[in-house]
Amino acid sequence: MTNAKPLLDVRDLRVTFNIRREGDMPWTPPRMLQAVGGVDFTLQPGETLGIVGESGSGKSTLARALIGLAPATGTANWQDGTNLIGLSPRRMMKYRNDIQMVFQDPLASLNPRMTVGQIIAEPLVTHHPGLKRDEVKTRVKQMMERVGLLPNQINRYPHEFSGGQCQRIGIARALIVEPKLVICDEPVSALDVSIQAQVINLLADLQRDLGLALIFIAHDLSVVKHISDRVLVMYLGKVMELAQAESLYADPQHPYTQALLSAVPVPDPELERAKTIIPLAGELPSPMAPPSGCVFRTRCPRAQSACAATVPELLGTPAHLTACHFPGPLTPEEIARATSLETRVAEPA
Amino acid sequence: MALLDVKDLNVTFSTNDGEVHAVNGINLSLERGETLGIVGESGSGKSQLSFAIMGLLAKNGRATGSVTFDGQEILNAKPKVLNQIRAENIAMIFQDPMTSLNPYMRVSDQMAEVLTLHHGLSKSAAVAESVRMLDAVRIPDAKGRARLYPHEFSGGMRQRVMIAMALLCKPDVLIADEPTTALDVTVQAQIMKLLDDLQSEFGMAMILITHDLGVVAGSCERVMVMYGGRVMERAPTDPLFADPTHPYTQGLLAAIPRVDQKGDKLSAIPGSPPNMSRPPAGCPFAPRCDYVMDICVTAPPPLEGFAPGRDRACYAAIDVVRAGPTHHEDLPMEAAADEMDEQDIGETDPQISEGLVVGPASAGTPQELPDDKR
Repeated sequence: MTNAKPLLDVRDLRVTFNIRREGDMPWTPPRMLQAVGGVDFTLQPGETLGIVGESGSGKSTLARALIGLAPATGTANWQDGTNLIGLSPRRMMKYRNDIQMVFQDPLASLNPRMTVGQIIAEPLVTHHPGLKRDEVKTRVKQMMERVGLLPNQINRYPHEFSGGQCQRIGIARALIVEPKLVICDEPVSALDVSIQAQVINLLADLQRDLGLALIFIAHDLSVVKHISDRVLVMYLGKVMELAQAESLYADPQHPYTQALLSAVPVPDPELERAKTIIPLAGELPSPMAPPSGCVFRTRCPRAQSACAATVPELLGTPAHLTACHFPGPLTPEEIARATSLETRVAEPA
Repeated sequence: MALLDVKDLNVTFSTNDGEVHAVNGINLSLERGETLGIVGESGSGKSQLSFAIMGLLAKNGRATGSVTFDGQEILNAKPKVLNQIRAENIAMIFQDPMTSLNPYMRVSDQMAEVLTLHHGLSKSAAVAESVRMLDAVRIPDAKGRARLYPHEFSGGMRQRVMIAMALLCKPDVLIADEPTTALDVTVQAQIMKLLDDLQSEFGMAMILITHDLGVVAGSCERVMVMYGGRVMERAPTDPLFADPTHPYTQGLLAAIPRVDQKGDKLSAIPGSPPNMSRPPAGCPFAPRCDYVMDICVTAPPPLEGFAPGRDRACYAAIDVVRAGPTHHEDLPMEAAADEMDEQDIGETDPQISEGLVVGPASAGTPQELPDDKR
């Protein structure tokens, strides 16, 4: 999979926010929050990359950095060799056509004062100003039909639609300019299960038919598993594990991935009661002062002194990369230690 | 006799769009120490059901029927009686811990308030008891943390504070309304384990309201599936998951992507939930149902028992539903997912348009929307 020229090649992507507080003096030293701390990955045309992580892991910031919505450093090379990071807005315009985004909150991401037709047509009008009005309308109607909306709803307003339908409008808006990459930031987490399945199926169908690459960000590991070819697990701004979906879910190497997977509730009473949850001790450290070495070491049942000393690199086979000094499945003893660690931390100091 | 007994509970709200029937004729009983899961999607009435039990309905809400706690009628009871019940017997925790805690008060103060008010403890005794309870919900350094304000806690810790506060008066029943929905999965696992431990420690009964069947699978003894303000199916946890007998339960289980299984395509339930300001005349699930028959749109099916502890509200025969849907998989995605344009329904079947209008209709009647205005 490394032989073809990737659609997107991301190297050492970092996003740092300067946190100024009210009352800070001009000479107060700046406080930095590194939301994304050096992420590397490649994305092939037509591939789906799932990004999972808990809140605060930097997954949304990573996506926003790729389309220039967050201040980033590093490189994100597009297929033609252009680095998308730090591109001037004018030069970025060209790539905005190829990279589209679908947002989490279906209703909030649609302008309430525009009709569905206007919303879906807007990217088309912006990126292809030469198109005739009739042609725009035809293409909007085609796209509406494609995402499962009725073309006669073209003059309705977003508030007249349900959450699932609003997300379809968002998808239509993203796809109308025939992008090569669509970044979906939690596209289904605001939807009910039965509607969520409709939208996931729609995304998967569209991707297959149109040959899109998808970056699919979600906190729900089961949704990500369902739609992704490869999955990237993030924790505190760093990549913990990057692997083929099947390999990651069947044989997670990083202790964090194992803990995360063990915590997902399974809708099967027997399995759910029988399973062992690997508890994570303590809480997510502050991103203002991340731990030295491996950022996960403060909560890792396998942490040793080497973990505090050096930052683990993303190593392994191309199909399964892990950033851990001691990768591999946790032993029952380690899980038992993690459980006792959790109760010990929980006792009053 | 059951500890908590709900009989024929109806909840309606009067709004500008007319009466919204949020809960329709719910019966449930809860025994001491047992855990009941209530599962449903948004708008199924699961939260309003618990609000009605607690007497917490919004001003425009009205509840009819009967709710008895230990033989005492508590539905629409006087505030004094309800306060007594809420203090001693039934406690509730909510989805969003931040908006449920007072941001201006230290955690110790808002917890102590409960005890000084209800049990007449002195301030210092109440604070000491609060710290003990924070300890019980495994908050590290409880004594120091008690002096903090809610915003200084993480989401998971805030939910622990909520749980500690709910348990202060040692309730007999704890109603947990989506207690882990706002939390990350690892934190969710911790909170569910905590609730489980505390439940056996304090010997209380629990009603767990959630949209997540996975959470229910791990922690409940009985499950009630709600849709459109009605109970669709009720069963002990194991048979409900192993052998769902209602088309909605079946569809819901099939629509969940799972980490432990492979699958190409999720079987989505076509359409979207009913608009409860115009509840369907028949079964609320009928417009989305694979087994729909003529009778389904005329009158809602009664909830009937078919095995010990198991009830279902469906006209379709059990064996037909057990055999699984026949045509569902073959439907093209677009057709299946078409969220039912009310105008189309109006054209094809004027009778249905009265009741089965979905989502968009909340904005107004379809006739008011000319198709191509400009």
